[in-house]
Amino acid sequence: MYKIKLVPDNTAIPFLKYRMIAFILSAVLILGSLGAFITIGFNKGIDFEGGILIEIGTETSPELSDMRASLGGLGLGQVALQTFGTDTDILIRVQRQEGDASAQQEAVDVIKQQLASDYGEEISYRRVEFVGPTVSQELVIAATEAVVIAVLAMLVYIWLRFEWHYSVGAVIALVHDVILTIGMFSITGIEFNLASVAAILTIVGYSINDTVVVYDRIRENFRRYKKLSVAELVNLSINETLTRTVMTSVTTLLALLALYIFGGEVIRGFATAMIFGVVVGTYSSIFVAAPILIHIGLTHQKEEEDGFAGAERTDEDAEEKG
Amino acid sequence: MNRFPTWKIIVVAIVCAFGILYTLPNFVSKSTLSGLPDWLPTKQVNLGLDLQGGSHLLLQVDAGTVKTKMMDSLVDGVRDSLRQQGDNIGYRNLSHDGAVVSFTLRDPADEATARERLSDLSNIMANGQRDVVIASDDGRVTLTPSEAAITTRLSAAVDQSIEIVRRRVDETGVNEPTIQRQGSDRILVQLPGIDDPDRIKRLLGETAQLTFHLVDLTADVGAAGRVPPGSKRLPGIEEDGRTYIIKSRIMVSGENLEDAQATFQQGQPVVSIRFDGLGAKQFGQATTENVGKPFAIVLDNKVVSAPRINEPILGGSAVISGGFNVAGAQDLALLLRAGALPAPLDILEERSVGPDLGADSIAAGEIAGIIGIIAVAVYMIVSYGLFGIFANVALAMNIFLIMAVLSVLGATLTLPGIAGIVLTIGMAVDANVLIFERIREEIRVGKTPLNAVNSGFARAFTTIIDANVTTGIAAIILFVMGSGPVKGFAVTLLIGIISSMFTAIMLSRMLISFWMQRKRPKTLEI
Repeated sequence: MYKIKLVPDNTAIPFLKYRMIAFILSAVLILGSLGAFITIGFNKGIDFEGGILIEIGTETSPELSDMRASLGGLGLGQVALQTFGTDTDILIRVQRQEGDASAQQEAVDVIKQQLASDYGEEISYRRVEFVGPTVSQELVIAATEAVVIAVLAMLVYIWLRFEWHYSVGAVIALVHDVILTIGMFSITGIEFNLASVAAILTIVGYSINDTVVVYDRIRENFRRYKKLSVAELVNLSINETLTRTVMTSVTTLLALLALYIFGGEVIRGFATAMIFGVVVGTYSSIFVAAPILIHIGLTHQKEEEDGFAGAERTDEDAEEKG
Repeated sequence: MNRFPTWKIIVVAIVCAFGILYTLPNFVSKSTLSGLPDWLPTKQVNLGLDLQGGSHLLLQVDAGTVKTKMMDSLVDGVRDSLRQQGDNIGYRNLSHDGAVVSFTLRDPADEATARERLSDLSNIMANGQRDVVIASDDGRVTLTPSEAAITTRLSAAVDQSIEIVRRRVDETGVNEPTIQRQGSDRILVQLPGIDDPDRIKRLLGETAQLTFHLVDLTADVGAAGRVPPGSKRLPGIEEDGRTYIIKSRIMVSGENLEDAQATFQQGQPVVSIRFDGLGAKQFGQATTENVGKPFAIVLDNKVVSAPRINEPILGGSAVISGGFNVAGAQDLALLLRAGALPAPLDILEERSVGPDLGADSIAAGEIAGIIGIIAVAVYMIVSYGLFGIFANVALAMNIFLIMAVLSVLGATLTLPGIAGIVLTIGMAVDANVLIFERIREEIRVGKTPLNAVNSGFARAFTTIIDANVTTGIAAIILFVMGSGPVKGFAVTLLIGIISSMFTAIMLSRMLISFWMQRKRPKTLEI
């Protein structure tokens, strides 16, 4: 039976030889992402900015420009309209209203009245959301806390399971992924909302998963090959786990592509972020997390001093003879 | 290991049976379910508001009003204590600034007596502290409620508000509303199946405090007129600019209502009310003593109407008329029946989804899920052949397990939750991939098929645990810190991680063992 193998057996790509190029590329991408975040910033959804979001379904597709003019004249500040998936599905966004929560409520009523007088029964409300200023601020704080706590929790877990070099390397890779994802949101202008935070945390989870698999192999190879240099060991480990890394990325990307194409408009931003994150997370496991171990001083001695050898696995050949 | 241990087979069989049995109710209509015998599982996955349509409202109890009311009643308490019949203690400047009640004694020598009388206002709370701290200095007396007392009062106000909100929502006939406290001063209201929450929002927006007052006939109603002490100017409910000057003293309050119904009087919608015993007595007394004078009906600091008292009303029933339409009269009756809120509620956040969008989202999620599964399954087969099929059986069972656990826990499936399941499909095969790649490596170094499979599973095990624990940490943090739909995503992700580890390590291992025992392959095609 013929089988597809994206990565041939006994692949030996000298990844570490290119690590400086990868580091420079990553540094440029990180600086670019930070720059984009500072200059452009997020296209914040109402979750974080406060404001009003109304999705309406119409029987015929009305002229957006007419509707824009009509709603824009209500004195509610910025009103943005766009079709959402189909021509008869329109998304109306209105900036946060000055004043307290009830000001948002009143603005929603004003818009509904205007739409009723312009279009009558033709309109059905698919979704009405508004978020007041206090809540949106709290959501920003909670979201930031969530990401920071997640990264710290990973740092501790890997520290306990491996040793500090690995946890530092993993966290550098994670921060790399999070910053690049932030840059992606800034540049593409994909709405940044609560689902985006969920996406970032899932990317963190996915990327660490990938990194841990490579690290696990590096740790194992340290015990097995006492004579290889650290760089050779790391390179060997990346190559040995490469098939798995690629396989899992492909299956995850297949599922995400299905979500992107068929999952509907509401979920598309989330799917886009995740697709980006899987690619970046895979890249960072190979080109950032593993090579950086060499630069933060991982050595043979260190491994033995920490007494990890033999703690995880005994010589498996003994088991087989029995 | 030559044989897969029997106890493991039993565990796998039980878990798989559980997964299938508890997923099935989701494919059956509710009416069929109710006809099934009791011992069969009937729980379905709870759909979130974003999938079934409905309204999510986050309300906040106005803490400022609660505090002001608390201070107002403390001022009343001070006044009552000092002015006891036949034995008044002279004071002036009795007022509060929102945090402290203060007054000055006319004769500083009264200080001890005054403090003695005020001591009734200061009680020891559960934590051993006094709820109101009384201090005096040279005839000037202050009463300061402690932080704990304010917190307790606010908490009580929130509890009371939740009860009133529940009654109001129940009166409107919404099915299975969720009303719960969130944080110190918030109330989360979830109303499934409501596509137009406007009426409920309007109902929740009213405090509905009904009071009856005498009209101050001595004052000049004209806009420039001074309002005498003990009276206040209130607007009419019609919003036509008309104002009334009424006496502040409450003759009868809505707390003493027993029932309220929308009825008609001379063809006009009105609200008939009936007082309880105390209310009837107060109302009878007030109307007896003030025949011929106007009697103001005040709702939330607006005068509904001020009809003339033609004769004493002793039966405990009355009618509120004020130019209502039918819906207005019905809503007012509902509000009066349900009772008044202790303080106004602000709507901080609203998320309402119509049933169409919810149905569209479910349909889109199902298609994405099915196509995702097919794509991953096909890719696994072309990559690993027969072993890919083993992995796919594990994948399918994994989805059953996620659905079953969601059903049993009564967890809520949201749109991001569906995304979580689809994502899990992609990531679930990872454990199998890790195992299969290990087996390949073992074969490459020349091991026999049996040894290769055994050490492949053994060596991949720690990697699988480490990799999944880290992803699990992210999911747990999402669950703890996230709200609403994001929580739904975290739940499915977390369940998916656990069930995928089980299916990959136990189920696919069992399938491979069975296959190897039957075929006893000399070489392994993987």
